[in-house]
Amino acid sequence: MSRVGLVLVSHSAKLAEGVAELAAEMAPEVTVIPAGGLAEGGLGTDYDAVVAAVQRADSGSGVVLLYDLGSAQMTAELATESLADPNAAVVADAPLVEGAIAAAVAAQGGGDKTAVVYAAASAGSAPDLAEAGRTPAEETAELTLRNDVGLHARPAALLARTLADVDAEVRVRLGDAEVDARSVLGLMSLGARQGDTIHLDARGAQAAEAIRRATELVAGNFGE
Amino acid sequence: MACDANGTGRAIRAAAAVVAEHRAELVELDRAIGDADHGENLNRGFTAVLSALDAGPPETPAAVLKTVATTLISKVGGAAGPLYGTAFLRASGALGSASEVDIDGLVAALRAGLEGVKARGKAEVGDATMIDALAPAVEAAEAAAKQEGADIAAVLTAAADAADRGYESTVDLVPRKGRASYLGERAVGHADPGARSTALLLRAFAEAAR
Repeated sequence: MSRVGLVLVSHSAKLAEGVAELAAEMAPEVTVIPAGGLAEGGLGTDYDAVVAAVQRADSGSGVVLLYDLGSAQMTAELATESLADPNAAVVADAPLVEGAIAAAVAAQGGGDKTAVVYAAASAGSAPDLAEAGRTPAEETAELTLRNDVGLHARPAALLARTLADVDAEVRVRLGDAEVDARSVLGLMSLGARQGDTIHLDARGAQAAEAIRRATELVAGNFGE
Repeated sequence: MACDANGTGRAIRAAAAVVAEHRAELVELDRAIGDADHGENLNRGFTAVLSALDAGPPETPAAVLKTVATTLISKVGGAAGPLYGTAFLRASGALGSASEVDIDGLVAALRAGLEGVKARGKAEVGDATMIDALAPAVEAAEAAAKQEGADIAAVLTAAADAADRGYESTVDLVPRKGRASYLGERAVGHADPGARSTALLLRAFAEAAR
């Protein structure tokens, strides 16, 4: 399956490479190309390098670009406009680190360009606190983590990915904290470790399927 | 009187000379509110533009401007690269395949360049950016073009005069875009380096057209 590719445009080569490394950990089959710094070294954005990165990242499903600061956004936008097919790439307005990870996970799950941009853009927004009036959970589960690292980066990404295409809203609770099960960073922020019991609430057409998948993943120790 | 590819090339060379001459001044302006690289970056870009023009002189004014655009985009770091690159690219597009630039073409190119910079940088007049020089310059050019007996030199001189005033107005503004915006009120009292370079470029074009 051809996946959406990512290009990380940063003023710093190290920053772009570091974020690409982190995103690749979460989404091993997504092409993530860092395009940071100037050709001759030093801080800045290199238009030619960005164009080349977009071409390398595109395996047919298009490319989503993320950027760090103002002029990196301009360079990214100019690079997409210069493509033979300007619709092949789109610049996401998102925080670089959180956005890149969310985008990578969405791309790994087979999301199209729009879904990947949406995932990136949603990564920076504050949690939705206005959920008091929502319908009660239709399916719930208590799952005890037996794997070594708990809900650390890779298992968190795996869980988010497993639920990516299920038509259900799934919340994960540990103690007082509750997060969206599709948010890798949210899951990681729970700090759930080996031996902890997480509580899942699912609502929506495929709530039962969501719980089934999550249960199976936890029972299989996330493949560890 | 109109301006062909050679004339356009001469104007660009004049601009490159002015940028080189004012490199240190632009660096100093940028040191106060930015990262002190505007003069250096722009000079590197225009030096590369000269090499590109020497390597193969383009045949139409639009082709000259396109060469300038692509070279600046590639060689100038920071925001100035994509901003000036977009300006020259849109100006080039406005000229089409014409072999000469007349007054209407010039005004259309200036307007297209301004709209390109506004779209790229998402800035407006009053944000203390190059728009504060470029926007009044385009308006002045449009007004001058309607005068009886106007020629390209008169239109560009009116634009350059307005750009100078626009540049000076940035001293009193609180920057709302780019790195200078992080300084907020503390940037008041400092002129915007991008507005300065825009005014310098337009003055160079006006001088070259005389």
